[in-house]
Amino acid sequence: MRPNIRTEADRSPEFARWITSLPGAEKVRECMHCGLCSASCPLFAYMDYSPRQLMHLGREGFRDDVLGSFSIWLCTSCYQCTVECPRQIPVTEIMYALKRRAIEEGVYTKHLPIPVLSREFQRLVTDRGRISESWLVIKLLLKTGIHRMFGMVGLTWDLVRTRRFSLRKETIRGRKDLARMLEAVGSDAEAV
Amino acid sequence: MKKLAYYPGCSLVGTGRAYDESLRAVFEKLGEPLEELDDWNCCGATSYMSIDKAKAYGLASRNLALAERENSDLLTPCNACYLVLEKTRRHLAESAEMGHRVRHALDAVGLRYEGDVRIRHPLEVLTQDVGEERIKEAVEEPLKGLKIAPYYGCQIVRPYATFDDQYHPQTMDRLLKATGAKVVPYPFKTRCCGASQTGTLPEVGIHLVYRLLNEAKARGADVLAVICPLCQFNLDVYQSKARREYDLEPIPVLYFSQILGLALGIPAKKLGIDRCVVSANPVLERRAAHAA
Repeated sequence: MRPNIRTEADRSPEFARWITSLPGAEKVRECMHCGLCSASCPLFAYMDYSPRQLMHLGREGFRDDVLGSFSIWLCTSCYQCTVECPRQIPVTEIMYALKRRAIEEGVYTKHLPIPVLSREFQRLVTDRGRISESWLVIKLLLKTGIHRMFGMVGLTWDLVRTRRFSLRKETIRGRKDLARMLEAVGSDAEAV
Repeated sequence: MKKLAYYPGCSLVGTGRAYDESLRAVFEKLGEPLEELDDWNCCGATSYMSIDKAKAYGLASRNLALAERENSDLLTPCNACYLVLEKTRRHLAESAEMGHRVRHALDAVGLRYEGDVRIRHPLEVLTQDVGEERIKEAVEEPLKGLKIAPYYGCQIVRPYATFDDQYHPQTMDRLLKATGAKVVPYPFKTRCCGASQTGTLPEVGIHLVYRLLNEAKARGADVLAVICPLCQFNLDVYQSKARREYDLEPIPVLYFSQILGLALGIPAKKLGIDRCVVSANPVLERRAAHAA
């Protein structure tokens, strides 16, 4: 087992600057390590790095540890950490920013279906204006392993017998307008 | 009361259609039939925000502009839609740059948004605008003897507590009590249900589902009442999976609007009661027999 030791040489000052320049995230410098974010997090028990550790590793610039962390994909955006933080650090919003950067840089753990779900969701909405749940799941399975479909037979049957299953492709009339709008908003810029 | 444009969201036309059916039936019965926002689009939920923040705000803002054009506030039953729309409303007011970018984009398709739309939730409208007194008077079938664990989920009270208490929300408790049912103490009422982790990381998601269901049982509840289609999906549809892995008694999971509808004397069929994977019929029949 490789000891989990980090030194000065592992730091990326750029990453530290980036994370503390996110909206409201300059407060990460004021973190006093009370640990309320971690203690209140419903996913804490399943994480590699706790939210408190992630905030600390981030502000010190340990880019690879933070972006490669399993924890950022466990975050369900329930905002418990955000409302608990006595320093008003926007932990959930920072988690979102970390997900976006990890996806952008392609450094997330490849077998995880969560980033793939986000990507397919975004494509479907951009294209049709609405989500059709069955199609989203089908696209996800095609991308992450069709074998997973076998585990879903029972669930699908439950939805069929309760008349909750549909293969209808939901769409809006203003699809073209929506596409033009999203184009006009422009691409992402973390500074806003 | 300002006119309300009903924004069902994608789940309510999909797997969460019982929520849509029961809300429409309840509001109609109370004399305030719902009118759907014309050509609404997906709010983007948490997924779009994980890919592109600016476009996520742009996407959500189209709904605000459509509502403003109708001079309406938005009535938003799903927790995720509620938070995304409320967050967008606030962000466009607070961030001059994002506000400018979004208005410019709306302008390109002939839409405007001046910031004059409130995001409202059925729990808020039913307790504040309609009022518990009117609801109590409208109750035809009091649900005496039914014990309910009220589960609000996360994004309705966090990070913004707009119409209810952040730690101890009460609006659903009050509505359920108005039906004559008993509301059991449920400390997990705003704890996360696992969201999409039930599908993407079952070893985590199913465990969270188990904890919520088990706690409701331990508190003596006959049913769980929910206000979010994703919570309902996780707790109901994934319940069989949780029961295969953990020692757990079945417990039906109903939308608060279905329970309210039953008390108002609306037929179960119209409320989508039979759309529960874990059937609510045994519990409801036992209660009726007991009360008779």
